[in-house]
Formats: sequence, C-alpha cells, structure tokens
Amino acid sequence: MTSLVSHDAAPSAQPAHAPVGGRLVTVPFLIALAFVAIAGFILVQRFAHGIGAVSNLSDGYPWGIWVAIDVVIGSAFGCAGYVMALLVYILNRGEYHAMVRPAVMASLFGYGLAGAAVLVDLGRYWNFYHMMMPSYAQPNSVMLEVGLCVATYTIVLIIEFAPAFLERFGMDNARHKLSKVLFFFIALGVLLPTMHQSSLGTMMVILGHKLSPLWQTQMLPVFFLTSAVLMGFAIVVWESVLSALGFRRIMETAELARLSGLMVYTGLAFVVLRFVDLAVRGQLGAVFGAHGAVMFWVETLLMIGGIVMILPVASRRRGKALFVSSSLFLAGGIIYRLNVYIVGLIPAVGPWSYFPSLSEILITVGIFSLEVVLYLVFVKKLPVMHAVSTKHG
Amino acid sequence: MPDGQLDLDTADIGDLDSYDGALGGLTRREFLNYCTGVAAALGLSPALGINIANAATTAPRPSVIWLSGQACTGCVETLLRTSHPSLETLILDQISLEYNETLNAGCGHQAENWKQEAMKANWGKYLMVTDGAVPTKDGGVYCKVAGKTYLESVQECAKGAAAILSMGSCSSWGGWPSTGVNPTGAVGLHEVIKDKPIVTIPGCPPNPYNFLSTVLHFVTFGKLPALDDKGRPKFAYGRLIHENCERRAHFDAGRFAMEFGDYGHRQGYCLYKLGCKGPETYANCPAIGFNDVGQGTWPVGTGHPCFGCTEQGVGFTKSIHELASLKSVTPPNSYPDVRMQKGEGASTGAVAAVAGIAGAAVGAGAIIASRLGKHDKTNDTNPGA
Repeated sequence: MTSLVSHDAAPSAQPAHAPVGGRLVTVPFLIALAFVAIAGFILVQRFAHGIGAVSNLSDGYPWGIWVAIDVVIGSAFGCAGYVMALLVYILNRGEYHAMVRPAVMASLFGYGLAGAAVLVDLGRYWNFYHMMMPSYAQPNSVMLEVGLCVATYTIVLIIEFAPAFLERFGMDNARHKLSKVLFFFIALGVLLPTMHQSSLGTMMVILGHKLSPLWQTQMLPVFFLTSAVLMGFAIVVWESVLSALGFRRIMETAELARLSGLMVYTGLAFVVLRFVDLAVRGQLGAVFGAHGAVMFWVETLLMIGGIVMILPVASRRRGKALFVSSSLFLAGGIIYRLNVYIVGLIPAVGPWSYFPSLSEILITVGIFSLEVVLYLVFVKKLPVMHAVSTKHG
Repeated sequence: MPDGQLDLDTADIGDLDSYDGALGGLTRREFLNYCTGVAAALGLSPALGINIANAATTAPRPSVIWLSGQACTGCVETLLRTSHPSLETLILDQISLEYNETLNAGCGHQAENWKQEAMKANWGKYLMVTDGAVPTKDGGVYCKVAGKTYLESVQECAKGAAAILSMGSCSSWGGWPSTGVNPTGAVGLHEVIKDKPIVTIPGCPPNPYNFLSTVLHFVTFGKLPALDDKGRPKFAYGRLIHENCERRAHFDAGRFAMEFGDYGHRQGYCLYKLGCKGPETYANCPAIGFNDVGQGTWPVGTGHPCFGCTEQGVGFTKSIHELASLKSVTPPNSYPDVRMQKGEGASTGAVAAVAGIAGAAVGAGAIIASRLGKHDKTNDTNPGA
C-alpha cells in the first residue's frame, strides 16, 4: 500500500506502519474468543442437522439475520476500505493515507466473514461453487452479481492488504513486485463495492409490494450505495477514535475533522434524499402509519442525531462528539439495512412472524467476535497502524 | 357496412318474421326473449322488453362512429362474442356503424373519407364510441391514424357527437397504457373532452352486455341510463364485485384459499388472501358472467383472483397478489380459520440476548464517550499534549 506513493517507494525506506505490540491475551480477547467457540459449537449443529434445527427461518422469512446482519450489514462495515481507497487513490487525497491500511483490514474482515456467513445461510452450501461456473450462471441475476462481486472483492482486499504481510515477514522483493501492479487491484477495489453495494438494494426492489412503502423504491440501489459510503466513513472515524483511546495513540485530529465533514454531508444527503424520495412517490403519509413506521423513525432519528452532533465544525475535533456521531451513523445504517431486509418485509399469504432464535443470534455474535479477535491479532502483530503516531510518555 | 360506395339499405324492418336475415336467423320469439333479457340486465321490468324490441327495430338508426386509440382491440372483439343474438345482427344492423377500424370493410383514404362524410351528414346527432387511451405527451404523436394524431381525431369527432361512450378501461380512465411510468402520457377520454358528458364502460374487456344494454337504453328511451360520478351506468357498476360474489359466504365464514391448488382453493374458498380485488372493484361480473355459457364464467369463478380491471388505481396498478383494501367488512377473526400464524416468534432467550447486546453496546458507548470527553478536556486545557 505504502509503496504506491512515490516518496517511500523504496522497500528499504523507513516503514510507515508498525505493529502496535503489547500483550495479545487480554480479557476482551478471551471474551471474544469464548463467543467464537459458542458459535462454533452451534455451527456444528447447523451443519449436522440443517438450518431448521438452529434457526427460525421459514418460507415467509427465508432471509433472517444471517443475511441481513452478517452479510448486508457486515459488508457495509467493510466499506471502510472502499471509501478510503476512493479518497486516497482516486481523488488523490494523500492526507488520509495513514488511515488506509487499517481501513483495508476492516474491509477484509467485513467481507471475508460476510462471504463465510453466506455459507452458513446456504441450504445446499456444497453447491456454492456453481456460482463460479459460467455454465451454471444466469447472467441477469442480481444475486449472481452480488455473489461474484463479493467473492472477487474479498480476493482483491487480500491483495490490497498483502503488503502488510510481506513487510512483516521481510519479503521486500515480492512487495516491490506487487507494488507495480497494485494500482490495478486498487481500481478494482473501488469499482467492485460500487457495483455490489448498490445491487444489495436492487435485490429488494424486485420484492415489489412485499416491502413496506417506507423503503420500497426504485432508488434502493442509490440508498444502499449512499449508506455504504456513509457507514464506510463512520467506521473509519469510529475505529480510529477507539484505537487512539484503546492503544493510547494520538488521535489523527486534522484528518478526522475533514473526514467527519465528508461523513456528515453524506448523512445529510441520505436523510434529505429519503424524504425527497418519499415525497416523489407520494408516500409522505406512510411515515405515520405504514408497516414499520416506528423503525423508520428510529432509523431517521439516529441519522439526524449523527448529523446534529458534528454539524458545528468545532465539534469535529472532539473525540467524544466524533465517537457519538459515528456510532449514531453506524446504528442508523444498521437499522436502515435491517429495516429493508427484515422489518419492512411483509411476506405474502401470512401472517408470518420472525424473530431470530438464540442460536441464530449467537452465530452472528460469534462472527462479529471473530472480527474483534482477528482485529486484535492483526494490529498487534502486523504493521497496520501508522508508525509515527505512538503516544509519548 | 358502409364502404363509401354502397347505398345503405334504409328499408323499415317492421315485420320481423318476414324479414329473414335481419336478426341473424332468429325467430321473433327468440328476439323478444333477448330484449326481455336486456331489460332484466338493465334492472327494468320485463314488460319493457317489448319497448326495447320495438325501439331496436323501428327507431331511426343512429349513426355510430367508433374510434380506437391505444388499445389492444379486445374491447371490439368482446362485442363480437355476444351471442343472443350476435352483435353484427342486432347492433350493426340496428345502429348504423359508420366507422370502426377493426370492422371497416374499406380501408385507407376510402375509410377516412367515409368517416368525414358521415360526420358531416350526421353532425350533432351521431353517437361517438371510443376504445383505447389517448396519448397526450409530445403532442400526442404516439398514436396516429391517417396522418392525424388520435388526440386531434377525438377532439374533432367529439364536437359533433350527440353522446359519447367510452368502451373499456383505457378509454374510461387510461387503462394499462396510463399506468406505471406512462411513457406516452396516456389518459382517459374524459381528460381531453371536458365539455361533454361521457358514459364510461370500464373493464378489460368490459362485459359486452353492459355496453349493449347502455346503447339499447339510449335507443329505446332517447336518454342515457343513470350514471355514477365516474360516468358509469349504475345498473352495471353500482355494486362491488364482493357484494354479489358467489364465494362471498366463504369470506364471511373466514374460509380462504391461501395458495393456488391448496385445499381451500380446490374447495372454492374465497380468493381474498390470494389478492382478489373484488372488495374494491365495482362491476357486475359475478351477476352476468361472460360468453353466455352459464354461471361461473368470470375470473373468480374459474379460481383466479379478480385484479380490478375496471377500477382506476387498482387494475394494472396494484400487484395481482396484493391484498385489496376492504371497503366494507373485514374478514372475521373469531372463527377457527385456515390462516394459521406461521413462522417462529421471539423466544425469551433470544429477546434477552438482543436486549443484552443492545444494552452492552449503549453502555460501552456511554463509558467510552465519557472517557473521550475527559480526553477532550485534557487536550483543551493542555494543548501541547
């Protein structure tokens, strides 16, 4: 990654990133590991006895939290790498460079685990490779686009993150070679999420009236892309404030202030566009009575809270405001995606009800715990964080 | 049929029995039976059937000019399927159909010339019938006949019409060409002809007897039947399909077909849950049926939910399996019903887990926020840090 910018192109130059170091086995680490173990136990049940044995999925709700949270929301968390690569390499905003590598790592976990989570949700998971075979492909399918795109993007992310590995294990030669072709993968890494994040919205457009009018719109692809960008900004801000606190590092205040400006305008655009869309579709009245109206307000108020928190420019330099605002944006994005995929759904010939079973929840918790575990291992052992910003004293 | 050359036979058809062929081979008795049936469809006393028969045979035949816009021709074709007696016998010989693009014997300039001549000759007296929507976008270029837009044709023709009749949903309110993105700006006839009352016979296609009965009412009594606020004859569109549906008892008893081919569907249960729009659609389909082959020959009778073809905002707008909005009663909940609650709801453990996760997230967030708050203060008082 570093080698892309000319001033430290030489592999022998002072490394810009360094492992955080410190003890690996800590209490949070062990708690997260315990949740991973519980999820592992339930996964054995799931693969031995089938999806019905552990989940509350039904004909009315064939997609539960494994899709809505693990894949749709998990991949939005993974959009950190997308927005940072877009800013740094496409818009040539080098000042954010220090934040790229942690962001790409967050994306790698988000997407890698989303891809793995799909296998849990696939009834006939042993056929998953059919997706890769052109002879089985239905080229007009949105789902095929999402599947292939996410799979490709995960590989691209591994390549984008590879310099960290190569640095750590001293493979400077390979790193130098990779740096010559990395631009191609970075371009792909910006193109692919643009495609599949919008397609995640397109998938619900075909549900027609089965999705509450509060969310059903031809604009769903636009909203999904906007919310992906928003959550990408939010996760970068959130992660760097938290790691500054947790690892006692100096906050990248100037970059965060500018980045949170982008975040707040994206959030503003999202909320305004939502209401414009409702007005154009003549569904403004639906916000007070349609299916899922309460959750619409939860989603909207979280977003507005995030905007209000850091609308004053001065507050964009305060860790607390940045943390609360990015948390609210993340929560708003989560609820928006949950609303589109589960809450707003009105299955035909009902009434149907769905609430995830404990086992389902624990698998999702386990997958996110695995993300925490991997994050801790990676930042402590690999050169991910910017090296110069270790706090003195 | 006029072709511009033929001198029309205007001989009086007084003695039906001696005029073989005028009624398509019908005997006098059969013809009177039909007219009595029409009287019944109109909700009139059967005795008035005689009046209708007289009017159909002796009244001066009104000229009819029939224009077609954005349509599928189904509305004309459904008229060809009337059988007692057939349309060509009764209507084409009782009225004088001057122009109809589907039925014209002539074509091209010949047909167009005849239309102009017929309009001139019967100015202010002819009956104008249209099927199909009127495209208005871009000056109406999306539908043209004889180098003239359909919009211009209907405006020109309406000026000299004694009465105007819209046949089918497209002409009545825009129909399917007007739904969705409506690329041609299609509208119903009443949107472009505002200075004259228009009788509408919506449906896709409408039941031909609703049209026939309206025309015969006009021919017999010299005036139109009672109309509702949308210009629809009340005898045909005064009631919801739901009110006269043969499956209504199942609705009231809470017995619904839930899927095509399931037990309830095979038993003939109510189709409301499959998206039947009968509860919000005004038409007499269940009462008179189609194609004269007996009871049950209409969509719901064959086991398919009504899709509300006559109603603007329902037909072609709502999805076929979308639930209708009920205008009268809602299905009862008190009966032991076939609609079982399906799927697993929330268990205590699962709710506790979600609440725990949400609580932990909010709690951790609050602690982190307060720690960050202290950080911010330290940085404010100690800017060098």
